[in-house]
Amino acid sequence: MNVRLLKVLVLAVASLGVGLATFSLGSSGIADTSQGTPDPARRLKSVSEFQSIADAGTRSRALFVEAAKVITDPRCINCHPMNRQPTQGDSMHPHVPLMNAGGGAGPGIGPDGLMCSACHRAENSPAIPGSRVGSVPGNAHWSLAPVSMGWQKQTLGYICRQLKDPTRNGNRSLTQIHRHTIEDHLVGWAWHPGEGRRPAPGTQEEFSALIGAWIETGAECPS
Amino acid sequence: MPYALNVNGKSYSVDVDGDIPLLWVVRDVIGLTGTKFGCGIAMCGACTVHLSGQAVRSCITPVEDAANFDITTIEALGDAELGARVQKAWLEEEVVQCGYCQSGQIMSAAALLALNSKPTDEDIDSVMAGNICRCGTYPRIRSAIKLASSREG
Ligand code: FES
Ligand code: FES
Repeated sequence: MNVRLLKVLVLAVASLGVGLATFSLGSSGIADTSQGTPDPARRLKSVSEFQSIADAGTRSRALFVEAAKVITDPRCINCHPMNRQPTQGDSMHPHVPLMNAGGGAGPGIGPDGLMCSACHRAENSPAIPGSRVGSVPGNAHWSLAPVSMGWQKQTLGYICRQLKDPTRNGNRSLTQIHRHTIEDHLVGWAWHPGEGRRPAPGTQEEFSALIGAWIETGAECPS
Repeated sequence: MPYALNVNGKSYSVDVDGDIPLLWVVRDVIGLTGTKFGCGIAMCGACTVHLSGQAVRSCITPVEDAANFDITTIEALGDAELGARVQKAWLEEEVVQCGYCQSGQIMSAAALLALNSKPTDEDIDSVMAGNICRCGTYPRIRSAIKLASSREG
């Protein structure tokens, strides 16, 4: 038997009555769906599927709405709240334990003494056998988006305009936004979220292609 | 494979799989049992150690991730002025009840005070929310942190 698994089992049994039972996580749980074969209902349409929309502006908006399936997916939007507290899971419940990530104008990396990296290390943790958590997600750049990039409970039009606005998007041009969707390691994490977590829809390549086509068609925003 | 670890200022070579949590290596391979197992899923803070001064949950930190840092556990925290000050405040406030969570609490408190020598109640809540105490010693934890803070040298 895997030594790590054995350790967890032995210690889990040994700690009954010592503490484990007191850390009930409530009915909302922590982890949600498990990673399996891609769900066809969660595919992204390809750029070519929008070619039949003759009007460029209408096509641009449709491309953004499709790309927004990723932007508004819990794997992305959980760390784009309007306050400094991340949410968790597909139910987007408040982060457990309570986390006030700080930052504000810049990314939040946790308060002095309890950085995000206290738990979120450079890689997803290995699967945690027998746990509803599945694994603890990780990435070298793990952080909460700046306040200006808050998306939760906002309309797609709001999110779209924020993405285009250099005063709220980290002073990025549209070309840089596109490159960000292709190259950014933390963006890429959304499709490799670790055991016990459903990846964002489609693939990163499909998402980047949609963003690229949205920009080429004028980066129009839904209302 | 063998990993070179620096724990509490001493060098160790441990021959373990890289994905084994640091907690097991510290407790079972090196034999320092002051660091506790509570949940194993980064929810309780009982396993908190310092990696180059930063508090981390050793139950979900793979040993290969820890090899590049100076690791400090509760056994050596008191060797430094701040750690000793926090532990003294803990004794004076009689914080401990059963004690199981307390090495993690003290490690988190020391990490807080190292970066924020005069924490507000809100600062204390933000950092210590990650450490659970089933005995409910939270008010005394807060008092001890404030006492240690007030004695900054
Ligand atoms: S044992 Fe590591 S956080 Fe609970
Ligand atoms: S003192 Fe008993 S769990 Fe904290």
